[in-house]
Amino acid sequence: MAARTLINVPQKAKRGEVIQIKTLISHIMETGFRHDNMGRSIPRDIITSFTCTYNGEKIFEAALYQAIATNPFVTFHTVAVESGTFTFQWTGDNGFTQEASAKITVG
Amino acid sequence: MTVSRRTVLAAIGGAGLALAVRPAYATPEAMKSAVRQIAGEAAVKPGKVKLDLPPLVENGNTVAMGVMVDSPMTAKDYVKAIHVFTEKNPQANVISVKLGPRAGKADIQTRVRLADTQQVIAICEMSDGSFCPTRST
Repeated sequence: MAARTLINVPQKAKRGEVIQIKTLISHIMETGFRHDNMGRSIPRDIITSFTCTYNGEKIFEAALYQAIATNPFVTFHTVAVESGTFTFQWTGDNGFTQEASAKITVG
Repeated sequence: MTVSRRTVLAAIGGAGLALAVRPAYATPEAMKSAVRQIAGEAAVKPGKVKLDLPPLVENGNTVAMGVMVDSPMTAKDYVKAIHVFTEKNPQANVISVKLGPRAGKADIQTRVRLADTQQVIAICEMSDGSFCPTRST
């Protein structure tokens, strides 16, 4: 199932500038602690890890747990060192993987 | 366990969730052991981390949370990781983030679930191996 992602990266930045990156992905983040109306427990289905690479180098890595809300939203910062591509990858339960990318021009 | 005025007010207001200050001994064991797994018995330097949570929320399913660490983020002195724990959620871990000197600024934001009025702890791991804890108030 393809999940919708929303990435917010500034298109342009000055060299050495600290930029903010905002990411959002649509995901149910089912905790596995809830039960349906028949009393059966609903199996866990969450995103367990999120990584961001900047021109192939890993700059951010997060392990997510059940306490992260539905549609995980993560904001972080990095230094704009060169023009290139950010690649974002989410992986989760039941073989869930999703990738997204964003370009930046550093002048 | 002492009940603070804020806890009582939140319960009366039917607000469902408030973050109340509690003495350290009220911290449940699960969170303590989760924290110990990360930090072990390493040196602790207080007072560099800022945990940003609303004092009172209507809905615990999405609570905006920010963690900021006061660090120069140079190659020699940077924040290696930030870990966040809760004491009353079914699982103590909330998020574990790995950063490096390229982060520029140790400042993350996300949205979390909080099951109850409780305390949240953020612990950051510095590049020199020390740990800085902070508690929500």
